[in-house]
Amino acid sequence: MYSEKRETIAAIATAVSDAGIGIIRISGNDAIEIVDSVYRNARGEQTLKKYDSHTIHYGYIVEKDETVIDEVMISVMKAPKSYTMENTVEINCHGGMFIMRKILELVLQAGARTAEPGEFTKRAFLNGRIDLSEAEAVMDIIHAKNEFALKSSVSQLKGSVSDVIKEIRADIIHEVAFIEAALDDPEHFDLEAEGYDKMLLQKVKKVDKQIQNLIDSADDGKVLAEGIRTVIVGKPNVGKSSLLNILVGEERAIVTDIAGTTRDILEETVVIGGIMFRILDTAGIRSTRDAVEKIGVERAQKAVSEADLILYVVDSSVPFDENDRKVLEAIRGKRTIVLLNKSDLTSVISEETVHSFLADEDDLHISRMIKTSMKDKAGIQIFMDTVREMFFHGDISYHDEVYITNARHKEALEEAHNSLIQVEKSIEDQMPEDFYTIDMMSAYASLGKIIGEEVGEDLVNEIFGKFCMGK
Amino acid sequence: MLQNKIQTDVCVVGAGHAGCEAALACARLGLDTVIFTVSVDSIALMPCNPNVGGTSKGHLVREIDALGGEMGKNIDKTFIQSKMLNKSKGPAVHSLRAQADKAEYSRQMRKVLENQEHLTIRQAEVCELITEPCEKSSLPDDSIATKRIIGVKTYTGAVYECKAVVLCTGTYLKARCLCGEAITYTGPNGLQAANHLSDSLRDLGIELRRFKTGTPARMDGRSIDYSKMEEQFGDERVIPFSFSTDPEDVQIDQVSCWLTYTNEKTHEIIRANLDRSPIYAGIIEGTGPRYCPSIEDKVVKFADKDRHQVFIEPEGLHTNEMYVGGMSSSLPEDVQIAMYRTVPGLENCKIVRNAYAIEYDCIDPKQLRPSLEFKDIRGLFSGGQFNGSSGYEEAAAQGLIAGVNAAMMILGKEAVILDRSQAYIGVLIDDLVTKENFEPYRMMTSRAEYRLLLRQDNADLRLREIGYRTGLVSKEVYEATLRKKELIDREVARLKNTVVGAAKENQEFLVSHGSAELKTGMSLAELMCRPELSYEILSEIDPDRELLSDDVIEQVEIEIKYEGYLARQLRQVEQFRKMEKKRIPADIDYNDVKSLRLEARQKLITYKPVSVGQASRISGVSPADISVLLVYLEKYNRQKNDDGKRSE
Repeated sequence: MYSEKRETIAAIATAVSDAGIGIIRISGNDAIEIVDSVYRNARGEQTLKKYDSHTIHYGYIVEKDETVIDEVMISVMKAPKSYTMENTVEINCHGGMFIMRKILELVLQAGARTAEPGEFTKRAFLNGRIDLSEAEAVMDIIHAKNEFALKSSVSQLKGSVSDVIKEIRADIIHEVAFIEAALDDPEHFDLEAEGYDKMLLQKVKKVDKQIQNLIDSADDGKVLAEGIRTVIVGKPNVGKSSLLNILVGEERAIVTDIAGTTRDILEETVVIGGIMFRILDTAGIRSTRDAVEKIGVERAQKAVSEADLILYVVDSSVPFDENDRKVLEAIRGKRTIVLLNKSDLTSVISEETVHSFLADEDDLHISRMIKTSMKDKAGIQIFMDTVREMFFHGDISYHDEVYITNARHKEALEEAHNSLIQVEKSIEDQMPEDFYTIDMMSAYASLGKIIGEEVGEDLVNEIFGKFCMGK
Repeated sequence: MLQNKIQTDVCVVGAGHAGCEAALACARLGLDTVIFTVSVDSIALMPCNPNVGGTSKGHLVREIDALGGEMGKNIDKTFIQSKMLNKSKGPAVHSLRAQADKAEYSRQMRKVLENQEHLTIRQAEVCELITEPCEKSSLPDDSIATKRIIGVKTYTGAVYECKAVVLCTGTYLKARCLCGEAITYTGPNGLQAANHLSDSLRDLGIELRRFKTGTPARMDGRSIDYSKMEEQFGDERVIPFSFSTDPEDVQIDQVSCWLTYTNEKTHEIIRANLDRSPIYAGIIEGTGPRYCPSIEDKVVKFADKDRHQVFIEPEGLHTNEMYVGGMSSSLPEDVQIAMYRTVPGLENCKIVRNAYAIEYDCIDPKQLRPSLEFKDIRGLFSGGQFNGSSGYEEAAAQGLIAGVNAAMMILGKEAVILDRSQAYIGVLIDDLVTKENFEPYRMMTSRAEYRLLLRQDNADLRLREIGYRTGLVSKEVYEATLRKKELIDREVARLKNTVVGAAKENQEFLVSHGSAELKTGMSLAELMCRPELSYEILSEIDPDRELLSDDVIEQVEIEIKYEGYLARQLRQVEQFRKMEKKRIPADIDYNDVKSLRLEARQKLITYKPVSVGQASRISGVSPADISVLLVYLEKYNRQKNDDGKRSE
């Protein structure tokens, strides 16, 4: 359910890299107070509230225990003279993604919430900052950003995580339905009889632990795969998995000499030159009758369509064939780096060969072709420099929505965790059962946001589905 | 031929629980009202269970009462057993349920109707609604109607010209009752069905659908062996439904109900004869409610359960008939007898009335505004099972609101619309007009997201004021509620401000009640929050307190004990109200809002929500769509302001 909160919102406003400067923007009534609680000036004093509008200040962002996180410049813009016409603070920090995410988290803990896609613009308009003639554009921005966020929100989640969340939600709603069934039909179900409270407390603690694990692992990227979505493609057995292994630095994908070994998609988050890449290794794209492999190929095609960058691995020791044509077709229109692999063997394919296979040069945004040998790790450094360069030229970039989504996922997990703490407290305080379900449903709703599911009639359906109700 | 034309203000079609409330509300607000029924003997008939109230339904009755409705008063006059359910749970889920003397309930309500000024009872079948096209300019800003109601026609040829019609046709429209292979085209309990109105409604563009429900058999009480059943008593101290009933008047001798169970033998008979059940044979096309499944549904869907509860409840004081709660069925008569006779205590039972399923025409309530007026037809209102709900209480609640709003329209006043944070009635109506309903809708406490605030004990504090402003609650009654509120506030404040020190007698008092000793001073309110202490117990160390009535003390205790929880819900309500207050103009063209997703646009066009809050609850409308809508509305308003300035 949507609720308009006049609350203070925060988001990372720039793309993230190690070299540049990153900006975290905070807007809303409490923007100054919120940042004040995490900002210290050069002498370690809490001074932000004293500053005039439209001034910029040097200082530090600190954690609760005053540990310094980063050296920053902070600009303060007081309402109504800001983009959103609300109090706005911008934190200019060092652009490393870990630092920026950490600062955003501190700001959220201090009382802000993550901005919805397009929300700064929406507020600017609703507050009268943007001219009426631009209303259509504002609506388009909100629409587009949300469509993207919707897609990326779920696609960012690793499959196993969304399974865990579904499992947790099923556990929660089952207990809620049991309690509500008993409240609704008290002559039928007896809550007191079997020490239900104790059982529930254990269950809630177990579920809460699962959520805490998710929160903890969110920081090391295990939950929310973020980064530039990169897909390795090529026909079978050209060295795709080897490339991924080199980038990850360990043997992860099954590598054999038999074509078609990678039947599913392997996914790794890799940091290259301070930039995060989420790399998917796909099954080789080729015509196949093998049912399992076919699914792999279909998934590969889907991954390609969602990718920001394609790494096309070609075996330069064998001639181009029908399968290469299939690959080229699949990646049409995508930004691509071509790796002419197996350069240690006699090469029969050159850059010209690849070009000659393209019907139309515009079909493919080839940024670079690099000769590599996965076996000797030749050309890997050139490859790494290339992607770094592309990033700083803006050829490939993060989508800010991805970051916002990521922060929002974690925020939702925290919400669910807090709701369950409240349930535990209610049980320990011996409150009646009807008090538990209110917070359990909040946790259920929070978790639903992560996997893009609303609450709707879930509870009523669960009650009638699982419990025989009524006279 | 002579023309039989009668002029009146309001016509109420149907005299069930919805119709009675609607008609009484209109007449009490001074409007000439005619209530139509196919049988005057069936006014306020209870064709199914002999109860009023129950979980969440008890809340509805209290709210009806607080708003000036009749149901609570009527059951207080005619109950024969009463229980407060969920007493060991939190105050939000306490629910009153009474066994009614059915005939007496019906008789008493008829008496109230017959003695109501401005109200006429007419036994006649309304078969046609009369409308005329209406101009946009003659309607208020928020109306999108294209027609207006101007009267009704009865089957016997009379025309009643009126300003508003309230449809409360219950389960009578094109009704069909099924008992195995035996099918009769009657309303409940063998009463005459209303077979003509449906076509007239369709002609007016109203979409109808078919729902079904069912009822169990009634037994001759003399044929039941109660010694094989568990006796179920009413509460020792009965609490009345109505805030106006003197609690001393309801301390009567109560009758008992009885509990028994089905068993494997029962289930075997049912399973062996499923092919003769009209539902499983596919004869019934209507959608039934999941919360009161037939016994055959229970046996099929919950095959792992080896028994189901059966409640044997008296139908009244002056009849032998007993209601067999939990075993409604549409199986054929011979199977019914065999199946009932497997239940302990019913071995020799004699059926007086068969169990049956009933199918009827009703509407998808998305055609209604939150005032229960049809979006497309000015002056046409509806309530009760006709709107796709189920239950006497749900019906009465809608009937009251539909009736009140018919009156408000005629009197040129603003419609009474309760929101989800004000009343269960608000939740009920909002769910009906905003959400997709695929079965007869039943109230449940879990549907009320702010249920800690919407308690049955504070319905008067929540709603008397609205009842008073509407004109159904007298000034004296309203002022009494205000005084009660003041006493509560004063006492809560006093308890918060009275600090108890660590004096010896106080420590002894605490120890004697198993409570921890004080280290520093603590307020009486803080002490009350300890589970082992209560307002009553604290009287020992609080000698100066004013003598207060039980209902005031109850509110004081709840406000203090659950303060944190209540405060949290109040904060949520604040957020909720902001969106409810953002009105959507009736003439909005969603096709002009290009950035809406297609699904959202279609839903918004279908439901035509009145506020952004209501829009946000329509399934398929995402938060992003709401953001887009907010920007569009801002644009719309700014443009309107600019136009306004230009024309000045």
